[in-house]
Amino acid sequence: QEAAKYGKKVMVLDFVTPTPLGSSWGLGGTCVNVGCIPKKLMHQAALLGQALQDSRKFGWQFTEEVKHNWMTMTESVQNYIGSLNWGYRVALREKSVTYENAYGEFVGPHTVKATNKRGVEKLYTAEKFLIATGERPRYLGIPGDKEYCISSDDLFSLPYCPGKTLVVGASYVALECAGFLAGLGLDVTVMVRSILLRGFDQEMANKIGEYMEEHGINFIREFVPIKVEQIEEGTPGRLKVTAKSTKGNQIIEGEYNTVLLAIGRDACTRNIGLDKVGVKINEKTGKIPVNDEEQTNVPYIYAIGDILQDKLELTPVAIQAGRLLVQRLYAGATSKCDYVNVPTTVFTPLEYGACGYSEETAMEKFGEENIEVYHSHFWPLEWTVASRDNNKCYAKIICNIKDNERVIGFHVLGPNAGE
Amino acid sequence: GKNEYDLVVVGGGSGGLACAKEAAQFGRKVAVLDYVEPSPQGTKWGLGGTCVNVGCIPKKLMHQAALLGSALKDAQHYGWNIAQPVQHTWSVMAQAVQNYVKSLNWGHRVQLQDKKVKYFNMKGSFSDPHTIRGLTKAGKETVITAENVVIATGGRPKYPTHIPGALEYGITSDDLFWLKESPGKTPLVYYPFILHLYETIVYIALIDASPDVSLECAGFLTGIGLDTTVMMRSIPLRGFDQQMASLVTEHMECYGTKFLKRCFPIKVEKLESNRLQVIWKNTDLGTEETDSFDTVMWAVGRAPDTETLNLETVGVKTNSETGKIIVDASEATSVPHIYAIGDITEGRPELTPTAIASGKLLAQRLFGRSSELMDYDNVPTTVFTPLEYGCVGLSEEAAVQCYGSDNIEVYHAYYKPLEFTVAERDATQCYMKMVCLRESEQRILGLHFIGPNAGEVIQGFALGIKCGATYPQLMKTIGIHPTCAEEMTKLHITKRSGLDATVTGC
Repeated sequence: QEAAKYGKKVMVLDFVTPTPLGSSWGLGGTCVNVGCIPKKLMHQAALLGQALQDSRKFGWQFTEEVKHNWMTMTESVQNYIGSLNWGYRVALREKSVTYENAYGEFVGPHTVKATNKRGVEKLYTAEKFLIATGERPRYLGIPGDKEYCISSDDLFSLPYCPGKTLVVGASYVALECAGFLAGLGLDVTVMVRSILLRGFDQEMANKIGEYMEEHGINFIREFVPIKVEQIEEGTPGRLKVTAKSTKGNQIIEGEYNTVLLAIGRDACTRNIGLDKVGVKINEKTGKIPVNDEEQTNVPYIYAIGDILQDKLELTPVAIQAGRLLVQRLYAGATSKCDYVNVPTTVFTPLEYGACGYSEETAMEKFGEENIEVYHSHFWPLEWTVASRDNNKCYAKIICNIKDNERVIGFHVLGPNAGE
Repeated sequence: GKNEYDLVVVGGGSGGLACAKEAAQFGRKVAVLDYVEPSPQGTKWGLGGTCVNVGCIPKKLMHQAALLGSALKDAQHYGWNIAQPVQHTWSVMAQAVQNYVKSLNWGHRVQLQDKKVKYFNMKGSFSDPHTIRGLTKAGKETVITAENVVIATGGRPKYPTHIPGALEYGITSDDLFWLKESPGKTPLVYYPFILHLYETIVYIALIDASPDVSLECAGFLTGIGLDTTVMMRSIPLRGFDQQMASLVTEHMECYGTKFLKRCFPIKVEKLESNRLQVIWKNTDLGTEETDSFDTVMWAVGRAPDTETLNLETVGVKTNSETGKIIVDASEATSVPHIYAIGDITEGRPELTPTAIASGKLLAQRLFGRSSELMDYDNVPTTVFTPLEYGCVGLSEEAAVQCYGSDNIEVYHAYYKPLEFTVAERDATQCYMKMVCLRESEQRILGLHFIGPNAGEVIQGFALGIKCGATYPQLMKTIGIHPTCAEEMTKLHITKRSGLDATVTGC
């Protein structure tokens, strides 16, 4: 959209390869369809469930039994997403950006092949290319994973209530999904291989986990699934999960209606013909290394978003990088995307917002004796009358003593953490 | 010294308690006098001042009760099955709120004890510049002498006493939060008078300071299901950005609060049924109108609580118009060792956090070898109306007045909170704007935000304003997705351009 503003002839190729279970979606990418948007809406549904309980203490009266209807929620969420897909198509049209719902891959210098879902192929040439294909959920590579397990790609449009769910993983995706599923009244278990929220401040990560545990979510720590079998077909059906301890030979079994895999995401860079044009990728991770102007090793090919190596996987970062890139290419601007001190929020039942260094990283970089950590538990006023936990919300700021006590890390665990 | 106490604080509210506790940290001998004169309707409360007892705290809790009412409606859209009808019971809410407030009263007493601050539940007044006379409810007298005195007695709601019936039959915010019973079919008599909060009229006379408490009260009363009317003589939220004020009241109207604009009451009479008949003048039509209500709540401003302090005896000067105590940048009054902080001081914001901060800094200057003065610039605030309004810095009008409209740029946006989409809620008044200087650096002069959790949103940006944030710096700040606050980092449509300021989230 930004490039079209400068009168450039622009084309966007977008295609969604269906999940192993057949889920697919429209224009807009992960955030709109199977990420931020549906996630936050379902998180909101769970928060409203809590609000219902709080409201009784504030004088509201209604029947004791309150149940949640998965289909009502999911339909509303999908309708909203549909309106966003539509909105994007309209916006592209209005800005005269050509849009093709086709799978793009490089076939030679300056040339891509676009294949639509009916298999019709077309070739296009361009002066410059931008790769922004993002990622898709990773599977475990164990018997039964693709046949019987779902991922976040399936969850937000699941046409039936998932029921008793096992969430495999300890990423923010895993914890956010486990969080709202439990908030909607489902029996949720999280199976964690080692630590929670790798890469995040671990004190905060553990507090998040503790809160979730205290609020009814089961955690199985230091186990990984080795087999998923179907006991009974259905929507949902019944699955048997066999798991092995990471610390020994112990084997456990469990029965669930749904198994949600959230163990990580892989970049969509292996099957788009990058080898044909010589774009180097990190063979292990599939991610594309770029310079500070988002340029790959091939000068006319750029990349942004989740597929970038050593960069943050966040929508606002991708948007900012994309806009600034185009302004540098076509409007003579020089501003580069600033990837430092980007704030983020994890929308777990107790939300966690952070910006800057984790305590561990700060100590590592500056030395324990050079940092001062100010911290406090707090009790949100709205929780008092509602009789909710009075020592769970927590905030800390990490300061660099040597630099005028500059705040280098900011962490808050509590309601509305993002705001 | 020859005086008994190093510091005597008259007034145990936000400012007074903060100052006293800070002074005690330096090992000083400190005493606090706190006394609550009952309201005309007989309401009184414990230690902690306005904020804790009849201000911020109960107000926000009742606002929360109203918000939860909206949440119940939203919840159905999100799949929660709640059988209708849904009802609100005032007494359950009021009791919970009052119990919490009482726990805070208790907490404050314990804190004073822990910090070895002497507490007198007495009404203080000056006998001479270093002598305070304390009087208990029963009339018992205690006299103490002080090296330094801090006056922090705050204010109380005014009554429009020129209106017949106003004092006898009306209540104020002092009473609202302590009502034990609501309306209902069979009201219970807990107090010497029966109050039906079935229909409430809130009258705001905008003669002086912005009584946003009144709009906030009208807001939550509507939210919990009461048929509420606001009568206004002139403009709402005087002193605040007027565009934002009108969006706030517009939303309240859509939300269900009735407004009688450009009207003022002439008389209040009690009917046999115990309801109140109010006669008012409609200045637009030039006619007199009348209707009956269960409760009439006055929100015509607050008067500083200085009458019984005996300030003239010791020479502490007050502003002849407002009655507030005149202080300099170090909170000193016209008498060198007598200071004043909080709502009672002339020209200061009537806010808890500024009272607390100034109280602490004062104690640090008096006893801790500090010389840091209180910075009253760019203090963020929030009005907790049904759709909240948070702001920091200059209003658009003030900026135009200060710099000229050619020298400022206003970036703005109408946005829709993600949570409103599935809930099918109207976001017409969800709006934000940023007032900047137009010259090269483009320093941000004021930020204004209407939407959910406005206080949470503005709090963070207030730090930026304090640090002299500019428009380019804000544009370089990456937003958190999906939130309402992120829209601030994306503001790019100017009022000057005349373009449609509606933005879509994703």
